[in-house]
Amino acid sequence: MVHDSARTIRDGIAAGRFSAVDVCQAFLDRIEATNPSLNAFTHVAADRALGRAAEIDRRRAAGETLGRLAGVPVAIKDNLCVRGMRTTASSRILDRFVPPYDATVVERLEAAGAVIIGKTNCDEFAMGSSNENSAYGPVHNPWAAGRTPGGSSGGSAAAVAARCVPLALGSDTGGSIRQPAAFCGVLGLKPTYGRVSRYGLLAFASSLDQVGPMARSAADAALTLNVLAGPDRADATSSRQPVPDFTASLTGSIAGLRVGVPRTFVSEGVDDGVRRVWDQALETVRGAGATLVDVELPHAKYATPVYYLVASAEASSNLARYDGVRYGYRAADANSGLKEMYSRTRNEGFGAEVKRRIMLGTYVLSAGYYDAFYLKAQQVRTLLRRDYDAAFEKVDVVAMPTSPIPAFRLGEKTADPLQMYLADVFTVSANLAGLPAISIPCGFIEGSERLPVGLQVTGKMFDESTLLRVADAYERITDWHTQAP
Amino acid sequence: MSSGLTIADVERVAALAHLDLTADEKTLFARQLDGILDYARQLQAIDTTGVPATAHVHAHQESEREDERRASLSLADAIENAPDANPEAGLFRVPRVIGG
Repeated sequence: MVHDSARTIRDGIAAGRFSAVDVCQAFLDRIEATNPSLNAFTHVAADRALGRAAEIDRRRAAGETLGRLAGVPVAIKDNLCVRGMRTTASSRILDRFVPPYDATVVERLEAAGAVIIGKTNCDEFAMGSSNENSAYGPVHNPWAAGRTPGGSSGGSAAAVAARCVPLALGSDTGGSIRQPAAFCGVLGLKPTYGRVSRYGLLAFASSLDQVGPMARSAADAALTLNVLAGPDRADATSSRQPVPDFTASLTGSIAGLRVGVPRTFVSEGVDDGVRRVWDQALETVRGAGATLVDVELPHAKYATPVYYLVASAEASSNLARYDGVRYGYRAADANSGLKEMYSRTRNEGFGAEVKRRIMLGTYVLSAGYYDAFYLKAQQVRTLLRRDYDAAFEKVDVVAMPTSPIPAFRLGEKTADPLQMYLADVFTVSANLAGLPAISIPCGFIEGSERLPVGLQVTGKMFDESTLLRVADAYERITDWHTQAP
Repeated sequence: MSSGLTIADVERVAALAHLDLTADEKTLFARQLDGILDYARQLQAIDTTGVPATAHVHAHQESEREDERRASLSLADAIENAPDANPEAGLFRVPRVIGG
């Protein structure tokens, strides 16, 4: 059962082949067996989940119509608020925070009948690419213990890969859904900025953050995105663009699709194993009838510095709210004065990477440095968007490896933050341009360990349909997405 | 080319950010932030004359909605997570603000 898709589980419950409670218990057992070694969950809500599952079974018995995700266990990244369920963003500063409200995405999942089974570990406030910046310890990659699952949604990716859940939510500010999906061999979709409400997502960088699904098939991601997407009165940046039926886009055909390949941009710094798998993936796409077209993204090489300036600046502002007054941690014996209480609380409550980014963001927003760093980064962000606009005149999607490297060893990059940042080179530009992007399992680097590789496909604004269609077509030709660690 | 971020620079920024950094953190961040800013300086070679800044990709989106009254958090819910509160009065408690 734990290998079944969300759709199979939902339909099986609706048809009475098994109960939602049995499904929930099977996944809880799986979590109990794997979590001590993976550390993917920071909180497992067993009683609440079993209660919700029993409610689904009761509704079915009463002949009520069941939602699109009825009885499907879902894991929620721990930077999304679930009313009454501890939500920490893997930070000490929110160690005891219990939200008094639901994130809109959580409300929509539960309205569709999904059963929230727990909260997943992540990098603190979603800042990181390895899940090592967590106050609750790193997550291990289910394919290779001792290696990172990626980040920041590492717990969600590991949970889906290890069959602890068929579906999870992640958030993606610079690759935090796609890169862990690639490292763990699952599918991860960052929707277009504005497609999904950010209400109840603990804010990191508000012009870049987006919530999206992590799954083991395009069909499950399509189903989930239809539940999540659409305008929300609580988020003024949520879009009123019509939401298509994403499942209807899964035709299996990509014949004639024009796939842009930025060969110059991906020519440097890509691991040999990743390059071999990626070349093969492009051949598969071509073999399915798509046309590969060379495109240039002249400013893509600047996306990483632009991203770290913009994201850190926004983070320094967003994280000002953690002050030890309204919620969260407060430093002990901090009664000498209000400002001293703020400064001690924040220094004790935040981890090193979060402090580093608050410092960087504060610096680039401060007098004398704003124009040279922050404003400049925003201008280059415009040039990057124009690059994509030009590319999309010629092609329907752009393909790249999701990450230039496969899952690295825990501890390998922690001493040098810049080296960690440079590994985000292929994911950050989609956030800066607001575009949707998906990571599709496309093979493994075979050695003493099997390390998954992801194919990233970036689409036009609000064109998640084409991305899901590519992923689905790819799944019909290959079986990478069915492989389990 | 390094900007040579000094400990004094780090202390100035930490004060703005309300972070009571330790001496070790100041030394570490001076070095690491210097490296990151150095790397970011490559942007300064790009000609951005006349290029508008992107603060937000949907900056011109229609975002008005009907001004309807809706329920908000109750006072009890709003202060429940506070590390120090007076629930009866419905207040957050903070250390002394004015010297005395």
